[in-house]
Amino acid sequence: MIIAVASGKGGTGKTSVAVNLAISIKGVQLLDCDVEEPNVHILLKPRIVRQEPVYRLVPSINEEKCDHCGRCATSCQYHAILVAPKRVLVFPELCRGCGACILTCPRGAIAEGRNKIGTVKEGYSGDLRVVFGELEVGEPMASPLIREVKKRLDKSRDAILDAPPGTSCPMIETVKGSDFCILVTEPTPFGLHDLKMAVKVLEEMKVPHGVVVNKAGMGDKRVYEYCHEKGIPILLEIPYQRRIAELYSRGIPFSLEIPEWTAKFQELFKSVKEMVRG
Amino acid sequence: MKQITILSGKGGTGKTTIAAAFAALAKRVVVADCDVDAPNLHMLLHPEVLEAKDFIGSRVAVIDEAKCIKCDACRERCPFDAITHDIKVDPFSCEGCGVCKIVCPVSAVTLAERVSGHIYVSRMKYGFMVHALLNPGEANSGRLVTMVRQHAKSLAEKERIDLLINDGPPGIGCPVIASVAGVDAGLVVTEPTMSGIYDLERAIQLLRHFNVRAFVCVNMYDINEENADKILRFCEENGLEVVGRIPFNPVVTEAMLNGKTIIEHSPGSNVAREITAMWNRIRTELSLR
Repeated sequence: MIIAVASGKGGTGKTSVAVNLAISIKGVQLLDCDVEEPNVHILLKPRIVRQEPVYRLVPSINEEKCDHCGRCATSCQYHAILVAPKRVLVFPELCRGCGACILTCPRGAIAEGRNKIGTVKEGYSGDLRVVFGELEVGEPMASPLIREVKKRLDKSRDAILDAPPGTSCPMIETVKGSDFCILVTEPTPFGLHDLKMAVKVLEEMKVPHGVVVNKAGMGDKRVYEYCHEKGIPILLEIPYQRRIAELYSRGIPFSLEIPEWTAKFQELFKSVKEMVRG
Repeated sequence: MKQITILSGKGGTGKTTIAAAFAALAKRVVVADCDVDAPNLHMLLHPEVLEAKDFIGSRVAVIDEAKCIKCDACRERCPFDAITHDIKVDPFSCEGCGVCKIVCPVSAVTLAERVSGHIYVSRMKYGFMVHALLNPGEANSGRLVTMVRQHAKSLAEKERIDLLINDGPPGIGCPVIASVAGVDAGLVVTEPTMSGIYDLERAIQLLRHFNVRAFVCVNMYDINEENADKILRFCEENGLEVVGRIPFNPVVTEAMLNGKTIIEHSPGSNVAREITAMWNRIRTELSLR
């Protein structure tokens, strides 16, 4: 079973929920798919056993073979190639590595070059297997690195995926293929607005989902009313408490310090499992 | 014209609260909400839409079932795994690259334009606002951000407004890069948590990468003063200007619940005072009127 933890709005507590859930369940693995700002490793400090650079394909032009016909530029849907009368310019930050230019070049003048976009690291925090990616600063495209993180998912055990905020491609790339998505929200107008956007995405993707209300008690009741109307289960409430916020600020998963939370996260896992099995 | 982008790396540190407060303090300004896949600024500034435009962000492959011979060439070559075993396009995965169209032996594939969001040009109490909404699940948020900023800039020129404030998205990927490219300064809003510190460092590296002057604001600094001191030391060692230290105060949530900026909701609060002082510092540093 694969469970993604997502949110819409940033800073609602995705990483906190993913980490506390993962350390409460024996034998799971945790994949941090927020490669722009990975934070799981800050809370879990895994012992890294393997790290690999990840490259993205970018065209490399052989100017000797090229006759500047311009077909590569026409085939590129992302405007990443500009063919000038005497030179071909490639803009790697626009390139998505699809290879259309290589396929259309009639003279075989384009080869696969590569650009480092980040690093995937694998490690262990106690028995918990942790995988995360770190995007190179200045690299715009997170999705290819997210795919590499997900490739390292060990299919023989349950997985928890920590998703990036938002509702666009990096979030989709993470949630795709998950059996269930836990949406973490805070009971404020911003939290609700972005929760609704995330629910729309999951409905279209047909991924079953439920809500964890974090910082419960801080705002108003509209998140609960919305979930009730939509029939979205509220899986867990985490209260707005100074102690929890303070532990997070120090980089400590709160279920380690407040033991009754381990049972609550186990309960959450059990109910998700039941929903997935139908 | 001066442009400033508010960013954070980590989400939920208070970017939008600060952007809305700045708008209220600037009184006549153009603000651009660059968080196009989770925009929230409109909930504090209540823009009145003057004009809405479609955003054609990408293309999507369309397979003509009548022509398709199920040869599998497109599925095998698709770099985004967007073609299913029964040769159908998964619109969530398709990035419109056209490789399928190139390899199809019977020309059964076309690329169709898709409206992937909307851009709004609006009026609000403190001038104008340009905002957008990316349809849920769409790609190309960076391009939409660039278009939002272009609209904001031409609006500012037309209205002779000399300040543009961009409320940025979290992260450091394409929409963030699109939000900081070519601005006069970036204000990184952080919080004194271990994650906040790590994400601040990456946001600062991003601004350096694009040669953008960085200001730092530590929000809710008193939730962990030890970490707040760490941030201040980091900034000192790296020659970064700390322009604000905002205390934690539940009035920020109250203001949000009431749909108001903190300046309108509790002008006398320590948060409003500190944001005002920060705004004045930034104004002086950027030599704004």
